[in-house]
Amino acid sequence: MTTLDTVRPSRRGLLKGATGAVLLGFHLPSRHAAAQSAPASAPPELNAWVVIHPDDRVVLRMAKTEMGQGVRTGLAQMFAEEMHCDWSKLSTEYVTPGQSLARNRVWGNFLTAGSQGIRSSQEIVRKGGAAARMMLTQAAATRWGVPAGECSAKDSVITHSGSGRTLRYAEVVAEAARLTPPADVPLKDPQQWTVIGKPVSRLDTADKTTGKQVYGQDLRMPGMLVAVPRRCPVFGGTVKSFDAAAVSGKPGVRHVLKVGDSAVAVVADTFWQAKTALDALPVEWDTGENGRVSSETISAILDEGLTAPEAFIGNQQGDARAAIAGAARRIEATYSYPYQNHAPMEPMNATVVWTPTRCDVWCPTQNGEAALAAAAQAAGLPQTACDIHRVDLGGGFGRRTVHDWLADAILIARQVPGTPIKTMWTREEDMVQGRYHPVTKCRLVAGLDAENRIVGLHMRISGQSILSTAFPGGLQNGRDPVQFQGLNAGGAEGAIGYTFPNLLIDHAMRNPHVPAHFWRGVNHNQNAIYLECFLDEVAHATNQDPLALRRSLMANHPKHLAVLNAVAERIGWGSPAPAGVHRGLAQQMGFGSYVAAAAEVSVERGELKVHRIVAATDCGHAVNPRQIEMQVEGSFVYGLSAMLYGACTVKDGAIEQTNFDTYNVMRLGEMPKVETIILPSGGFWGGVGEPTIMVAAPAVLNAVFAGTGRRIRDMPLGDQLRQRG
Amino acid sequence: MATLNINGRSVQVDADPETPLLWAIREHIGLTGTKYGCGIAQCGACTVHLDGVAVRSCALPLSAVAEDQKILTIEGLSPDGTHPLQVAWRALDVPQCGFCQSGMIMAAAALLAEKPRPTDEDINEAITNICRCGTYNRVRAGIRQAALGGTAG
Ligand code: FES
Ligand code: FES
Repeated sequence: MTTLDTVRPSRRGLLKGATGAVLLGFHLPSRHAAAQSAPASAPPELNAWVVIHPDDRVVLRMAKTEMGQGVRTGLAQMFAEEMHCDWSKLSTEYVTPGQSLARNRVWGNFLTAGSQGIRSSQEIVRKGGAAARMMLTQAAATRWGVPAGECSAKDSVITHSGSGRTLRYAEVVAEAARLTPPADVPLKDPQQWTVIGKPVSRLDTADKTTGKQVYGQDLRMPGMLVAVPRRCPVFGGTVKSFDAAAVSGKPGVRHVLKVGDSAVAVVADTFWQAKTALDALPVEWDTGENGRVSSETISAILDEGLTAPEAFIGNQQGDARAAIAGAARRIEATYSYPYQNHAPMEPMNATVVWTPTRCDVWCPTQNGEAALAAAAQAAGLPQTACDIHRVDLGGGFGRRTVHDWLADAILIARQVPGTPIKTMWTREEDMVQGRYHPVTKCRLVAGLDAENRIVGLHMRISGQSILSTAFPGGLQNGRDPVQFQGLNAGGAEGAIGYTFPNLLIDHAMRNPHVPAHFWRGVNHNQNAIYLECFLDEVAHATNQDPLALRRSLMANHPKHLAVLNAVAERIGWGSPAPAGVHRGLAQQMGFGSYVAAAAEVSVERGELKVHRIVAATDCGHAVNPRQIEMQVEGSFVYGLSAMLYGACTVKDGAIEQTNFDTYNVMRLGEMPKVETIILPSGGFWGGVGEPTIMVAAPAVLNAVFAGTGRRIRDMPLGDQLRQRG
Repeated sequence: MATLNINGRSVQVDADPETPLLWAIREHIGLTGTKYGCGIAQCGACTVHLDGVAVRSCALPLSAVAEDQKILTIEGLSPDGTHPLQVAWRALDVPQCGFCQSGMIMAAAALLAEKPRPTDEDINEAITNICRCGTYNRVRAGIRQAALGGTAG
């Protein structure tokens, strides 16, 4: 069997360079060499999940990717809970998708997205820990000649209750590894948990405070060159011509390449040399039809969809159109949500060594298996001749679940066989070659009876489907089910929290050429704004308290209601706010969790200040309250950045914003106080990385209305409050 | 050939004088704790100290750095990761992905060196670095904790 240590960029493989900087060891890559070098001294693998070293260090293997969301620590907690190992000696390592492939996908799905890190692997990881403990305990019992039932384990030590004898895990791991894994692996009752649910510190903080943490951007290998690519800025466009000779003599430049049909790249000794030459490289693009698309033309197409007769149905109860037609009063509004770039702090990159028989990649990815598939295809090799060695991500937010950047990096490396090539995107490339939060509009119409009760609601969404570009296989007869996140009749990915006597939520799919993708919070971001702000409009238009109106629709939705009530109570809803401060509420369910937020804001001379946000989360089981707090705070920065500033506009077929000067994001000084309430009601596993982002914008926008009477319906806010309205 | 004084060492850098200090630090000297986030002085991921003052090294050409100016990077902030900010950062679990954190810590260290007891307003003004993971409130708490610890810089 191929040993793990030979094919991963292990700690051992991180060589100290002469300057003290970290180099990535360049030792691999042939399967042959790996098979030969299986070291006799390798610490025993107990099962696929865990290696126990003679000095008691326990190494947990991880298929999910750490990108800041704390999944490494959360998974380790769940594993340690069942394994009863010494927490202070626990660490993690990444497995590669190549190893997983060779072992019948023993580590399950590598996808780390959709706030799934904990949800989708909690059972397999807990069972891996429990099985390890059972095998170790059995091995000790066998050695002592006593029944395993008389032995227990704690902090990596097995004790026989009758005699008081003890053995350390490391002392019996070799025997344990020879046992047949138990078929029946009972898990602890949540009442017995001692590690899950504790606010333990993260396992990976120290290196992030000293500059030692190695990201994809930092990788170095002997003989490595750096490539900086540029794709046609108009999606779907191609390279017509480029004048390599104009820059090939510049300092450090080694190659000037065409990459596929639609990109060029300069390969040089350093990033700066490559970038400088690329900036000077004359390129002519063939932008085709798409070169005529602009934000205005896209907007017109979406407007048409708002009233188009044909639409995919997401949620339907009764006959909303008839109820609205016969209603005593109608309230109607149209909202819009723009393209947004993920803009993780670390721009896209990948380091590749390609030869005609083997392709190895070191890169930050949210999905090792998808990266492997993309790599093999671009490399022209079978998956078994490729592998992906992961490094922690400098942010992901969904962008690193799709591997367009990796495919291009491999197409570059193929033209320089045998040489390690680090392909690095500039921030500018990252901004204009994104996979964007989809663009949509929404027209909402409510019919009210004489007592101002909603008798019918029609919510028509018009705009872009993520699955159509990201995963067409997920469409259901053309319908994109992801479009209706938070608006569904039921289900973990987003059940609506209200009951209307008549309801119609439908989607007129309109797909511009700009590629859309999953973006932290995904379609909840706009769906929550549309519904939660519109309900607020109905409340104000009918002189009802926004909380009371919501409550009147939530009798059948106790979990949604519980988090809403919690934030309302904590913020002091119904009692006077501080002078000049106004409040807003929102709730939503998604990624398996129920969340609500209450915001306090003030607006002075058009300047919005968000003072305080109270957020409540019911994620079923709360694995690490401290991590949840961090995720909630972070989700508000991401969500409020989007609400305040986030817009990518299109001109002549290309994205206009090229860096943080034109794609602004929130800074520390704008950050409100965040109070996190965790209300784990048990019985299910909800996500925490994304859910609270859903309620950030609508809670603030509803507070803005309370303070100014201005209803902001077009995202982002930008300078709308400074304009007269 | 430029001579730089970096983390107390004098090093020769064979790079075009227009090369930004960031890339000399990362690619020529090999210290990769200082990050590239935007290249146009917007995000602060590349923050280092130049004679004790926080600067965005992506926008500073080598030609603008004199031989005797002291450059300090995250790797040189403390010999063993025990600068009060680093200690506070670990106690509070400030980093998420961590990519912005070298720059955050260097910006905060320059602030504390100048104002050992910064007000909230001081912090707002000094820390304009971008963190996409959203660690801002913990960054603030970390600076406060380090300031209470007494020593700085
Ligand atoms: S990289 Fe220098 S400020 Fe962003
Ligand atoms: S911790 Fe990820 S960008 Fe700041």
